[in-house]
Amino acid sequence: MLLALKLKAGLTAAVLAAPLAVSAIPSIDTSSDAVDRVGAFETVTLAPGPVAYRPAGDFSRAGQPANAPLRTMRLDRALTIMKRQVTAAEYQRCVDAGACPRLAGMSPRDDHPVVGVSWRDADAYAAWLSQETGERYRLPTDEEWAFAAGSRFKDEALPETDAVDPSRRWLARYEAESQRQKSVREPQPIGTFGVNEHGLVDVAGNVWEWTDSCFVRGTVEPAGDVRATLVNCGVRVVEGAHRTYITDFIRDARTGGCAVGTPPSNLGFRLVRDDDAWRPLRRFLAWAGRA
Amino acid sequence: MMSRRAALAGTAAMVLALAAAPALGEELKLPRQQVNLVAPPFVHPHEQATRQPPRILEFKLVIEEKEIVIDEAGTKLQAMTFNGSIPGPLMVVHEGDYVEVTLVNPDTNSMPHNIDFHSATGALGGGELTLINPGEQVVLRWKATRPGVFVYHCAPGGPMIPWHVVSGMSGAVMVLPRDGLKDGAGKALKYDRVYYIGENDFYIPRDAKGNFKSYTSSGEGYTDMVDVMRKLTPTHVVFNGKVGALTGKNAMQAKVGENVLIVHSQANRDSRPHLIGGHGDYVWETGKFANRPETDLETWFIRGGSAGAALYKFLQPGIYAYVTHNLIEAVELGATAHFKVEGNWNDDLMKQVTPPEPVAPAKLGALLKPANAAHVR
Repeated sequence: MLLALKLKAGLTAAVLAAPLAVSAIPSIDTSSDAVDRVGAFETVTLAPGPVAYRPAGDFSRAGQPANAPLRTMRLDRALTIMKRQVTAAEYQRCVDAGACPRLAGMSPRDDHPVVGVSWRDADAYAAWLSQETGERYRLPTDEEWAFAAGSRFKDEALPETDAVDPSRRWLARYEAESQRQKSVREPQPIGTFGVNEHGLVDVAGNVWEWTDSCFVRGTVEPAGDVRATLVNCGVRVVEGAHRTYITDFIRDARTGGCAVGTPPSNLGFRLVRDDDAWRPLRRFLAWAGRA
Repeated sequence: MMSRRAALAGTAAMVLALAAAPALGEELKLPRQQVNLVAPPFVHPHEQATRQPPRILEFKLVIEEKEIVIDEAGTKLQAMTFNGSIPGPLMVVHEGDYVEVTLVNPDTNSMPHNIDFHSATGALGGGELTLINPGEQVVLRWKATRPGVFVYHCAPGGPMIPWHVVSGMSGAVMVLPRDGLKDGAGKALKYDRVYYIGENDFYIPRDAKGNFKSYTSSGEGYTDMVDVMRKLTPTHVVFNGKVGALTGKNAMQAKVGENVLIVHSQANRDSRPHLIGGHGDYVWETGKFANRPETDLETWFIRGGSAGAALYKFLQPGIYAYVTHNLIEAVELGATAHFKVEGNWNDDLMKQVTPPEPVAPAKLGALLKPANAAHVR
């Protein structure tokens, strides 16, 4: 039984190696017995460290729109995150297993990121992948994403403007958005947008990534502390070439332009994996459950 | 050998010809002025009211068939254009002026074209007198007898007519009253800026997978496009030829306190212009200036095949969206433009009294309970 499973995994890994070899991903993690069901993911593990971070959300100070303060935060645990975005072929396996919603018009290519996914789709995928592997996969928080994105994380504070004239801030935001380079709409092969200093591929390319962080409305207190007054988890933080906030069931953030602003070209995701002391036990139980 | 009768007839014809020529010459003695057209949404310099006697204004329209991109996804259209732009340029004259248009169809084009001016009288708006092949040009003169904004478009016959129009061949003429625009009481109205927004409906065929198809020439895509056109459901509804052509860096600009005249034309399909956060102070919905303008409108109606004009004084700074208020067309199909307006905010017109904050049951209760509840009972 065990032998048969190993043989099967080995065969599938060999088949998978062919299409993956043409992409920018050079090696495959074949240590997992789940390769044949979920595909081969490469992860990178980042040591704990500092990150310059401005909380995501809408903030006000004394009743006027304000930027949240830029703070140096510290991730206190190592972060294990997928090296690249989840591909269309990988997502399709979850669809085939009946655990993820089918995406209209998607061709399940293994060298292209899955796009046109909502937060709900991504969350369903993480749950399915966790179940299949015995791992604990989830979307990154916004802080974790910023940390992993490194130099590709864009802090876009608006100039603090005249408190009595709300139009100044709108105009400043419009100006900033108008200056943005519009990216190509068509999803590009994995690796097109290069590697960052942490070894992550395609960060802030033309596929934006869902995070697990909810939209927060808050106030900046006189001392500079941020206090959340409302948390709306129906809207999640999306990261990429710029930060934005999108309702969790939206798969295509493109607009015809009525809403003022530049939307993400595509919505995709990558996952983090929580590796704790129970990891070997979870993996064993998942394996035993299938055996 | 010529009979006497024939000779007389010949002489008479010659006399007639001689008599006719000076008459034509007299007509041509009007002053002439060449006008250099500019691409929309901008409009060539012009007087709003004029003291000059009627003139002949000379315009040149060069037809250009070319491939253009009509949305941010890169969807391509084999377009047909007047002077290379969609819409064609706005031509401004005054009532009583003569419009003399040289229409050029360069030999780099592949099809015959012409022009039908809704503002002109006779010969199918001039279409009958202007049909030219690649490598030809024609000069048409018509008298501007009716003040207003009017559509012009290509109309080369039969099924070519709608196809050329939805491929981009339309524009507008503005015939101003000689003494300028007036409100319903006869008071002069002036504008500080004028923008010309031409709206187009496009019908791009899709492949079996639902992706937009592209073609190497207009002719290659003709049959497919007609199939889409006959369903009367456009794939794109755009201002100035492209989704997003008048947003971002290309947003139209104005200042608080300025009167802006917005001329809107749609050569093929109905539209409902609406300025989000603003109004139409004076609107000539049907576009004809001898009629009283309507005032304080929220949304106005542009009948397919016509142009309208709206005058608005911006009162608040900020970003305004100018849309067709079929919001599906505005947001999903592209019919959105932006105005970027600078100036000072007026708290009297609008103020956020309290910023968004959590719903406070106690506060809400206090608000709902009349202050003099005891009295009420």
